[in-house]
Amino acid sequence: MPELASQLETLSLVIEVGCVPVRLNTTDPEFFHVLENRYAGFSSSSGTAEIAFDVEIVPPGTGTSAAEVEVTQRNGRWKLTRGDFHAEWEPASRRGRIRQSPRPYSIDSVLRIVHTLVLARQNGFLLHAASAIRNGKAFLFAGVSGAGKTTISRLMPADVTLLTDEISYVRKRIDGYVAFGTPFTGELEKLGENVSAPVAALYLLAKGRENRIEAISPGESVRSLLTNVLFFAREEELVRAAFHAAFEFVSRVPVFQLTFVPDSRVWELIG
Amino acid sequence: MSRLYVARDARVAARSLDGEMMIMSGRDSTLFTLNRTATILWQAADGITPLDEIVDREICADFDVDPDVALEDAEALARDLAAHEILKISDQPITLKNAGETQ
Repeated sequence: MPELASQLETLSLVIEVGCVPVRLNTTDPEFFHVLENRYAGFSSSSGTAEIAFDVEIVPPGTGTSAAEVEVTQRNGRWKLTRGDFHAEWEPASRRGRIRQSPRPYSIDSVLRIVHTLVLARQNGFLLHAASAIRNGKAFLFAGVSGAGKTTISRLMPADVTLLTDEISYVRKRIDGYVAFGTPFTGELEKLGENVSAPVAALYLLAKGRENRIEAISPGESVRSLLTNVLFFAREEELVRAAFHAAFEFVSRVPVFQLTFVPDSRVWELIG
Repeated sequence: MSRLYVARDARVAARSLDGEMMIMSGRDSTLFTLNRTATILWQAADGITPLDEIVDREICADFDVDPDVALEDAEALARDLAAHEILKISDQPITLKNAGETQ
């Protein structure tokens, strides 16, 4: 007797950012192809994952990525919701499911949120910052939209390795902090290299009439860092963890204000 | 006039850095930076010591200030911090048992 319905093949891709491999399972070949392209350099079709998501693709509806993100936790299960996606994740079972439109922005947002939740419990964070490696050391360039993250990334000389022009990935290690490359791009639309290096400095970006590096007070450093940390969940425990993580970071990594004119000479000050 | 007791809210995160006390509300992640007198009040807010004693011992002893004015300012500050849910205030000593019943 013929099968009444053919079995849909499950396609699987492991996307590893910051040493956290996340498996995405989908039965949609087109979406799988989008994932392969979008996360090239950060993905593999095999390997173990810390977290696995089954992704269900639904036709684009009225939901929009401009809607507010809501991240809540109840009974050990996280719910991540925005106009264009709904995701659930249970850390204990390391499994979750995502229902979203085929847009790559949606899965990108879900991954960012999941990584912030993972990092919050490990004294790490995602930061609104470009980052790059020079002479074996990582440098972070933080700032809100328009501060110059894309500009300074675009001006990087050949001996500098781009980690990201938009979202930096920072983890705490025994001997300091390490920045990892990410596939989370900004206006440059260029993926970072999948490499890492110890963080040597955080620069708070400001455009000006001259290139200048200035020390800032520890208090101002913490305030600025917290302003730029990506944070979605309003869980009290995680808010406290992010606060303490910012203090730990500032106590170990020098923070400066970097005022710069938009030309390549600014890189003469870095590294 | 009843005495006022003040206690640090356990749900907030607080750290002192380079003499600057910063507090983040766990409820809405608002960040507060306390000035010197607010920091003194915050650090002495054990729920047991009445506010007037804290003002007398920690503020009037170190600052050239009228005690009545200092207490009035401290009460206003305590109520302001309580409104942001980073400090608890009560007309009774605040212990773990009654911490959830304060005003």
